Amino acid sequence: MIGFISYLVNGISLGSVYALIALGYTMVYGIAKMLNFAHGDVIMIGAYVVFTTVSGMGLPPVLGVLISVVACTVLGVLIERIAYKPLRKASKLAVLITAIGVSYFLQNVALLIYGANTKSFTSVVTVPALKLMDGQLVLSGETIVTVLACLIIMAGLMLFMKYSKSGRAMLAVSEDSGAAQLMGVNVNATIALTFAIGSALAAIAGVLMCSSYPALTPYTGAMPGIKAFVAAVFGGIGSIPGAFIGGILLGIIEILSKAYISSQLADAIVFAVLIVVLLVKPTGLLGKQIQEKV
Amino acid sequence: MALLEVKNLGISFGGLRAVDDFHMEIEQGQLYGLIGPNGAGKTTVFNLLTGVYEPTDGYIMLDGENITGKKTIEINKHGIARTFQNIRLFSELTVLDNVKVGLHNHYKYSTLTGILRLPRYYKVEKEMNERAMELLKVFDLDKEADYKASNLPYGKQRKLEIARALATDPKLLLLDEPAAGMNPNETLELMKTIRFVRDKFHMTILLIEHDMKLVSGICEKLTVLNFGQVLTEGPTAEVLKDPKVITAYLGE
Amino acid sequence: MKKMSKQLRSNLITYGIVVAAYIIVTFCMQAGMVSSLLKGLLVPLCVYVILAISLNLTVGILGELSLGHAGFMCAGAFSSALFSKITADVIQPAGLRFFLALLIGTVVAAIFGLLIGIPVLRLKGDYLAIVTLAFGEIIKNVVNVVFLGRDSAGFHMSTKDSISLGLEPGGQVLIKGPQGITGTPNDSTFLIGIILILVTLFIVINLINSRTGRAIMAIRDNRIAAESVGIDITKYKLLAFSVSAALAGTAGVLYAHNLSTLIALPKNFGYNMSIMILVFVVLGGIGNIRGSIIAAVVLTLLPEMLRALNDYRMLIYAVVLIATMIFTSSQGGQEIQERMKAFFKRRSKAEEGK
Repeated sequence: MIGFISYLVNGISLGSVYALIALGYTMVYGIAKMLNFAHGDVIMIGAYVVFTTVSGMGLPPVLGVLISVVACTVLGVLIERIAYKPLRKASKLAVLITAIGVSYFLQNVALLIYGANTKSFTSVVTVPALKLMDGQLVLSGETIVTVLACLIIMAGLMLFMKYSKSGRAMLAVSEDSGAAQLMGVNVNATIALTFAIGSALAAIAGVLMCSSYPALTPYTGAMPGIKAFVAAVFGGIGSIPGAFIGGILLGIIEILSKAYISSQLADAIVFAVLIVVLLVKPTGLLGKQIQEKV
Repeated sequence: MALLEVKNLGISFGGLRAVDDFHMEIEQGQLYGLIGPNGAGKTTVFNLLTGVYEPTDGYIMLDGENITGKKTIEINKHGIARTFQNIRLFSELTVLDNVKVGLHNHYKYSTLTGILRLPRYYKVEKEMNERAMELLKVFDLDKEADYKASNLPYGKQRKLEIARALATDPKLLLLDEPAAGMNPNETLELMKTIRFVRDKFHMTILLIEHDMKLVSGICEKLTVLNFGQVLTEGPTAEVLKDPKVITAYLGE
Repeated sequence: MKKMSKQLRSNLITYGIVVAAYIIVTFCMQAGMVSSLLKGLLVPLCVYVILAISLNLTVGILGELSLGHAGFMCAGAFSSALFSKITADVIQPAGLRFFLALLIGTVVAAIFGLLIGIPVLRLKGDYLAIVTLAFGEIIKNVVNVVFLGRDSAGFHMSTKDSISLGLEPGGQVLIKGPQGITGTPNDSTFLIGIILILVTLFIVINLINSRTGRAIMAIRDNRIAAESVGIDITKYKLLAFSVSAALAGTAGVLYAHNLSTLIALPKNFGYNMSIMILVFVVLGGIGNIRGSIIAAVVLTLLPEMLRALNDYRMLIYAVVLIATMIFTSSQGGQEIQERMKAFFKRRSKAEEGK
């Protein structure tokens, strides 16, 4: 029983990371209607920045994380400006391939700078572990911080979308960018802001993920990126609460499958669950149903 | 017996009753108009007749067969073909190929015959080409047979859609606002074409139209739809004089 | 029928390019002008070309985005490699065995395509893309945990390890989970690869230019209109998807019989491979079969030619990819293209005038 609970806790912790990444995916998809395949690699860049500043230059972790967030935000906006903005009116496939190109680019830049060797990431979390139930259940500092960070960001983001002018502009653009533009919303600025927020979240996700799973390579971000994308689709792509729920569920399913079924098949099980969900509910758990008009 | 017989047809979307107690009888060879103000539910009736929507009530009989609730493909095989209000061509295919897709269920060979290029492939393709060119000629599109459909001018795209629908060899042809976006000259020409199609193919045609010149010019009988219900029906001249109809269009 | 002849000519050019490539490469090999590196690339090149042509059927002709193409290749590779390993001593000559392996790999991949297509093709757009990616990953992962052995009592399967197969002494382990299949006979040659490309081309080109192909493209262009003229949407979508999967399986057979050890890695059967094939298709021009062939060859050779640049080559590849997409698909890029076209037109006209 304790074993199960601790697996569950690990699942929620991993799920929180997925949720953070999925938030970025889902916001960008909702607004720019594109699959930003390079999103996962921004996570990796975020983790490398912390690795350099904290482990390399000896800066305090908080400062390192801050630098990383700023760096990724700038990176996200730059990527959008240089690679995606010229393709605003191009076919979806063209944008997808460009995103794949950006993904290769980021991976190979990291490869050039840091090499292919795995870097061991030092956790930035200094919160002590919490022992529950007479020490049978240990919540590591990383777990606590990850889950809390995810909850706070998620709540903040929902409030931002609901009450701030920029947040409402985002909703308007995601609903109908043409109409939003006619109503005076600056669509380009809104899309840039979306990329900025998504990339900032990716930086945080990267740092938290590498604090729990300290192996860092240029390809660290790829698989979590794909899985977070799965989480976003799972929850209903375009929906912020959907990304959160999808991320958490995915994390739990992955950890429980690893624990009880097979560690090699865990990914396959995650993907199988996604397929089942989409077949039952073709737009994900919280996604909107759209019907084509004849 | 009427070719098309519709009784008590209705559909609800959620709580909204889009079409209610709709009825209509069309005789073989008739040119029939379905008119009504915007939002009256005319296109919804077309969608019900062609199986895009499944009716919640009522029945549809085509040539003595009950086709209520059947799928679009089945209904087309039973003999209803249509055009769309917003033109729906196979935009990347050639004009000729658009019509050949319409011939799909009448000129057959297997996929394997096609891949292996067996003699039957050449024979059937030749027949298809001949038949398609014949249809294109009717609409004066034969010279554009090799054009990509999306490169045709607007008026010709509308014609191509009719040609494609006719290729499926229907008993009843539904035209959804065929004159939309046409100038008076084009409309006049279209009227001639529609009459010609009826006479040449002995076709029964039901059309939705807002252009009253076209309606009064070619339709023999009309049904007027308002707020999803039949307001009145009868011979064109009588219906258009009906004060109820004028009120529905122009308001009190 | 002027159109037919034009189409025929275009298709003949495509076949011709493949045959010419074979002749030139063979000639160069005899003249000793081909490096061993390039020699090693010849069969993989054929594999990629077949994959690109087959994926173009799904992406360009059917108009659905699939990110799981490598999964079908994986199914074809493993089923055929297993067959060849089992029958290596039984079926002679090797040519017959390889032919049977080809059939098996192709049919198995087609069945996978059909089984996956039935649920997947109900979805649309990006959802379809992510689910095909999921299926591709599942196939790869499942292959990685299968252990299969054979002894006098027959076949034994396990998902744990070779020991739990409980083989009799003298029993043979056929699939070793993450270690895959070793000892597949190396039956693939460049000539076979070229023949398979030609067969793939023949199937895809003839399919496109037939009643079936028209129905598939009609669905791509306008599903609702296709339905209204009596086209069975599900049937033709499944058909295109399965043929595409089957041909990916053929590529898988070619791939498997070019290696002595077949292992399912993210690199060869994961979504990375699916994406790489998709890049060939998009850069070659969606729906353009000849373009797929050329893009597959150029983009495979490009990183190899840049080998001297070492660590920078994949970076350059990435930049080329982004730049190409922006040049071909952005508004600015298209304007430049138009201007270039106009410029060349003017020049050729001026020359004619001379």
